[in-house]
Amino acid sequence: MREKIIKILTELRPEFDFNEDVDFIDEGMLDSFDVVNLVTELDSTFEISIDGVDILPENFASIDSIEKLLIKNGAK
Amino acid sequence: MDFVFKNKRIGGILTILPKKVVKFEEEMGNYSFSPAKCMKLKLAMGYKEHRIAEPGQCSSDFCKFGLQYLFDNDLLKKEEIDALLFVSQSADYYMPPTSNIIHGHFELKHDCLCMDINQGCAGFELGLIQAFMLLEQPSINKVILMNADVLSPKVSDRDRNSKPLIGDAASITIVEKSDDDSTIYANIKMDGTGAFALNIPAGGFRMPSTSETSVMEQDDAGNYRSKDNLVMQGDDVFNFVQREVPPMIEHLLEQADVQKEDVDWYMFHQPNKFMLNKLADKLGVPREKMPANIVENFGNASGVTVPTCISFNLGEQLTDKTMKLCMAGFGVGLTWSSIYMKMGNLLFNNIVEF
Repeated sequence: MREKIIKILTELRPEFDFNEDVDFIDEGMLDSFDVVNLVTELDSTFEISIDGVDILPENFASIDSIEKLLIKNGAK
Repeated sequence: MDFVFKNKRIGGILTILPKKVVKFEEEMGNYSFSPAKCMKLKLAMGYKEHRIAEPGQCSSDFCKFGLQYLFDNDLLKKEEIDALLFVSQSADYYMPPTSNIIHGHFELKHDCLCMDINQGCAGFELGLIQAFMLLEQPSINKVILMNADVLSPKVSDRDRNSKPLIGDAASITIVEKSDDDSTIYANIKMDGTGAFALNIPAGGFRMPSTSETSVMEQDDAGNYRSKDNLVMQGDDVFNFVQREVPPMIEHLLEQADVQKEDVDWYMFHQPNKFMLNKLADKLGVPREKMPANIVENFGNASGVTVPTCISFNLGEQLTDKTMKLCMAGFGVGLTWSSIYMKMGNLLFNNIVEF
């Protein structure tokens, strides 16, 4: 799952290294429109629909938080 | 707050759109995004083109054109109009009320109630609830509900949060008494603590427009706008909608004792495709039952999007069939409202261009 997440993030913003241990939102690596595109890609890749109430910046701040979000929303 | 009405119906819906079409690609050079990122934004949000009024065209001009169309085509008689409601955030003047200006333009009868209501995204539902309440009076048999907004002049060309989705339009809905005693269920909620999630800071009495309020400033996301421009806190509005709208719809249908799958159409306000798809998924409603094609074709004209959605997607089907509709509006205020009702045998349900 982590590899797939990193691949999607890198395709979205190729100028950043998403393996770094930083806050993607605070560091400006993802803005709100990136999050929209990211959710669309994650939904499609993992065949889920991330709950709208979970689309909050803190859930997209790191690989760990994205992984937790996916598992909460039924990704396998 | 819940409402129940009987013996009321919608008699016809006319949507009036500007002729001018502006494509997303024509404007994306103004946004501080690369062309590739703009195209991703276009796909995710469903931006394609929007309808924009010509300079000098006001909301009332679209309403006058629509009413004249109805009079000319014998779809409405002047003497039948007992109340004229104008729901908008873009009135012609501070005073007089725009509904009175329209009343005067057509020299309507003096026994007619004119009312302006300042409301946006939930303006169709709020207007219908108000119309249904007026129809409880013996002296009122037919209410003309006008939803209209020409807000594009208030949106900065360099604001990618709002510019790609804004649209100008008006709708005229005939609301009248009926022998049909099927129940109409409605509800509305407000949260004024979020009043500034969508706002235009300057131009009212609190902060009059001056040369200072017209200075363009850059926000954290790279958008440029002045205090005379519309501001939308997009993230806050998105979270509010996802949090509040699904339970409102669940409650409405429970009140009406209707199963979700028995509703023919979910005609919701049209902020963008992404938000609507998320609402459909959350509610467990097939996305095809909740059309999300108004922003991409016409733009978001506040309270006009629900009637536009009905006219565009159902058109003549509603002139000879009866369908079960769940309608919802949500946004500025913050306001959120929904209505479940049967709708059909409309005298007209179409779109005209002005």
